[in-house]
Amino acid sequence: MTESKMAGQKEGGISLQARRALAYVVLILVTLICLFWFYVLFINATRSNSELKRGFSALPSTFILENLNNMIHGTQPVLYGMLNSFIIALSSAALSTYFSAMTAYAIHAYDFRFRRFMFTFILMIMMIPTQITALGFLQLIGNMGLDDSFIPLIVPSVATPAVFFYMKQYMDSTLPLSLVEAARIDGAGEFRTFNQIVMPLMKPALAVQAIFSFVFSWNNYFVPALVLHTDTKKTLPILIAQLRSADWLKFDMGQVYAMIAFSIFPVIVVYLVLSKSIVGGVTLGGVKG
Amino acid sequence: MKKSRVVSYNKWGYIFLIPFIVVFLVFQLIPLVSTIYNSFFENYRSGLMQIGPNFVGFENYVTIITNGDLPTYFANTMILWAMCFVPQIIISLVLGAWFTDPSLRLRFQTFFKTVIYLPNLIMASAFSMLFFTLFADGGPINSILMQMGIISVPFQFMSHVWSVRALIAFMNCIMWFGNTTILLMAGMLGIDPALFEAAQVDGATATQIFYKVTLPLLKPILIYVMVTSLIGGLQLFDVPQILTNGSGDPVRSSMTLIMYLNKHLYNKNYGLGGALSVFMIIVTGILSYIVFKFTNSGE
Repeated sequence: MTESKMAGQKEGGISLQARRALAYVVLILVTLICLFWFYVLFINATRSNSELKRGFSALPSTFILENLNNMIHGTQPVLYGMLNSFIIALSSAALSTYFSAMTAYAIHAYDFRFRRFMFTFILMIMMIPTQITALGFLQLIGNMGLDDSFIPLIVPSVATPAVFFYMKQYMDSTLPLSLVEAARIDGAGEFRTFNQIVMPLMKPALAVQAIFSFVFSWNNYFVPALVLHTDTKKTLPILIAQLRSADWLKFDMGQVYAMIAFSIFPVIVVYLVLSKSIVGGVTLGGVKG
Repeated sequence: MKKSRVVSYNKWGYIFLIPFIVVFLVFQLIPLVSTIYNSFFENYRSGLMQIGPNFVGFENYVTIITNGDLPTYFANTMILWAMCFVPQIIISLVLGAWFTDPSLRLRFQTFFKTVIYLPNLIMASAFSMLFFTLFADGGPINSILMQMGIISVPFQFMSHVWSVRALIAFMNCIMWFGNTTILLMAGMLGIDPALFEAAQVDGATATQIFYKVTLPLLKPILIYVMVTSLIGGLQLFDVPQILTNGSGDPVRSSMTLIMYLNKHLYNKNYGLGGALSVFMIIVTGILSYIVFKFTNSGE
């Protein structure tokens, strides 16, 4: 950063001071627009149904535990939903990071005939979303007898081109091939080199991508809603959708807010703890050049 | 001796690729092919009766175009995307320019970046449900507006075409502008600082520098951001689906392409669903190719 040119330039238009003030005002405004909804959500999750019916209040009340308790013992299998979401998201995150690193390593460390082709090919399919082939996907898992099972929601994470791309870039910048050579000279097998030498070096990249994969899977609604049918197998987003399609006016609104909070706040907490590496990871995965 | 060792190592490249290739073939390529295959067959349920599958050629394509569904829902999707993208790119450009401007030297940058990226990680369906309850006729927003005396009767946000569309676009904008800002910032930081200094020495104002130096040099990243956002915009589903309970009401003005696809998949109308999917495969394919060209040109 060039620190030297602070000198109050009185440029043609607005002074530096005024521009800075404007920037802060806009940033604070944007911050409020981003956070307002979560503030209202928090307040409302702590209020009872009758308090909510009376109108909006800016101060929290004391009914949060009661609302959570009612929600857990309500008609929706929320705890199952949380557990199912957690199992699927955690397995997907583990598979997508491990196997994407493995795929990236194959292309990074070995010089085989279709190397260039594979790299180009994976880049080409990177942007293609799962929704547009969902039809064939559903038919396939129907034929495989995997309908209403977690497997079709977990196993496809093995081939995640975006995570692969991130890992490949990370290897390009941090994994010297001389290290792999050294491991070979020491007599380590190729699998062992990958698992015990390459993977530990990839930890920062693995962590960032594990979080992204977890969150993506945690929030995923379209495909799980078409695959899972049994109530106790459903994930949180599906339960939220059921809440919406139920006659919601008859609901205890305290419970409704508690359930939304229950789906949103865990991710916010994790994000705030790890925000530094997450925000940094966005750019690394996206564009280069 | 040495040569044979090199060769024996390189076969491991193939071995390490096996999981990716197998899973890709089974869960992505086969579905892709069978989706396209399905689009040429009449295959749906009418009551308890199963019709088809019978080969009908391009009839499914003709149906979704001539009955007006595809054009309408495509237009809806594009309107919602544009309503979200235009404000988003303006805010992101301004914020990005401020964050990267060395003469402004804004403080608390990490805090602001953390906050603006936060909504991107929120469960879209829960966020949409939240907005539905907040903007309900008896919800907190109406209650606040009435307490402030701005309106005397609750405004029915869910019954007006443009208020529903605006809510959807607004939610998506909040969820994505932080991501866009961070991407644009990376591009702005990549510009040679000497260019800014030269412009400053020549007496250019901050506004002039933004329009004459920053913007032209950002063009590739702007195109990248726009095309990826378009691909994402075509997939718009969670937010309108939950907000309108899958109906796309009022009068289907907020029904998107994927919501329409979801309807067909749910009702097991694989013929029309297939034709719709193929349309999306072609559009997304073209857009992906543009992104690919862009990403690969840096190599």
